[in-house]
Amino acid sequence: MKRKVYNEVIYDEQTPLLNVPELVDNKTSNTVCFKSKAKDMEPINLPTERVPDWQNKAVELFGEMLDKYKGLRLFMDSCVRCGSCSDKCHYFLGTGDPKNMPVSRQELMRSVYRKYFTMQGKIFKNSKDCVAFDDNILKDWFTYFYQCSECRRCCVFCPQGIDTAEVTMAAREIMARLGVGTKYVTEVVHKVYTTGNNLGIWAPAWIDNCKFLEEELIEETGLKIPLPVDVNGAEVLLVPPSADNFVNTNTMLGYAKMFYAAGVSWTTSTFCNEGGNFGMFLNYHNYKTINNRILKAARDLNVKYILWGECGHAWRAGYMTRTLSGSMDFLTVKYPKHVCQFTNEMIKKGAFKLDKTANDHLKVTYHDPCNVARATTGMLEPPRDIIRATCNNFKEMHPDTTREKTFCCGGGGGMLADELMSMRMAGSKPRCMAVKATGANYLATPCAICKANFGESLKFWDTGAVVGGVHDLLSNALILNH
Amino acid sequence: MAVFTHGNISIEIDEDGFIEDPSTWNEDVAKALATTEDVFELTPNHWKVIHYLRDYFAKYGIAPMIRQLCKETGFPLKEIYELFPSGPAKGACKVAGLAKPTGCV
Repeated sequence: MKRKVYNEVIYDEQTPLLNVPELVDNKTSNTVCFKSKAKDMEPINLPTERVPDWQNKAVELFGEMLDKYKGLRLFMDSCVRCGSCSDKCHYFLGTGDPKNMPVSRQELMRSVYRKYFTMQGKIFKNSKDCVAFDDNILKDWFTYFYQCSECRRCCVFCPQGIDTAEVTMAAREIMARLGVGTKYVTEVVHKVYTTGNNLGIWAPAWIDNCKFLEEELIEETGLKIPLPVDVNGAEVLLVPPSADNFVNTNTMLGYAKMFYAAGVSWTTSTFCNEGGNFGMFLNYHNYKTINNRILKAARDLNVKYILWGECGHAWRAGYMTRTLSGSMDFLTVKYPKHVCQFTNEMIKKGAFKLDKTANDHLKVTYHDPCNVARATTGMLEPPRDIIRATCNNFKEMHPDTTREKTFCCGGGGGMLADELMSMRMAGSKPRCMAVKATGANYLATPCAICKANFGESLKFWDTGAVVGGVHDLLSNALILNH
Repeated sequence: MAVFTHGNISIEIDEDGFIEDPSTWNEDVAKALATTEDVFELTPNHWKVIHYLRDYFAKYGIAPMIRQLCKETGFPLKEIYELFPSGPAKGACKVAGLAKPTGCV
């Protein structure tokens, strides 16, 4: 890849892993997402253009959010500007733009909060700390709240326990309902409602993809290993990211081989062949509506239980299913379960014959996707256990960059848009430097967004590694019975 | 809406430089769009990829899986990147006049 392509932001490759960069005001203020289009906004229940009297409406919406989400009010009030979070954000570390310090990013919202919702704002009307909701602040919101991947690394270090991702989500919710969204996110949400998935793969193409992969498996193994679609009464409904049936096909083959070896019947659904939930990056209504589709698919296909595939925000949304979408009591597994947890249980039970030497050409390290590691529980060990069971060469990255302290890939939270490429590469730098330090040639991670961003950034930062899934490794090591 | 002009070709494109209306595509449009991808000559190998993409798109309304594209055209992914430097989804689809693949790609 040609480095000059992303030269809007100049990077210093020699900067050690976690050093604080030199501050450059407004360095990324021109790196802005494309605006949403009416054709995408209308079908997803959002205003097609900026609503009339938008400033008053914005304050009204802000007030509504504060009343509805008590946490938001608490997060607005409880920041003491101690600065603990400031050097924890990968976008700040990668760009040096002070507004990418989590505290400054949130200040864009807190300053408006003070103006309209606190005594301070009512008494000191001209205070610099209290900002009127106007075009300038909206521009900053649109720029900098879409330069946050909602990864929550800064929250880990906040002594007040402020969930900064909730602040970003609230700001995006207010903007969305004013008619201000990004093309990338709204287009994807729209596609879920029309095709069932983020990529826009219509049912006939999905079925064709699965048939093609079955033929690939026959060529590889000589076995008829199914990739079932819309099978009523299957044991498992697998909800993968649709990218697994488009670009990350080795992961898809890994699931298929795993279910085959475990002797478990499974299916995907053409109504809901997507775990990824871009509603989370936009507003609550779409977040919930998209997640509801998973339970509907499970009911329609009469499956016994649901497994979520290798997708970070799918898992974060899926983990909330019982709150978002209602009871899972009609299933035999009444709580959200990740395919890595299932595979790991099978390995522990001795369900598979594994040949670790099949992965001896790989020096593997593992990237915790932000949502898998921080937004849920129980998913720090299973992927690692799978890697240990299937690979001889596994090395962890620096402990300040793994598990709950993991760095974002740089493309999460609706930031995988190509117009943000310079941010994506800058934000990926801390992670890529940590990968490089291990000398690994394979970065395993269970998330499609991570895979997409690392596909570019691992090359950009000359790490010498390629990215792939966890089930890809299992796929290599599985010995299948004829 | 932006209009892309090259020689006597003039077509509407979106912010990403992809064709707005796939039905306005023709081979001259492909040659013009290729220049935006630093591809200045379309060889028979380029056309093989372009035609496969278009045929698949006409049938299914979406680009094919990368793996399928490689297998059906006989070009390993590396060669596709040599033909279209920004890759199959962004480079080849753009020249072939397909909609831009969205989501986690």
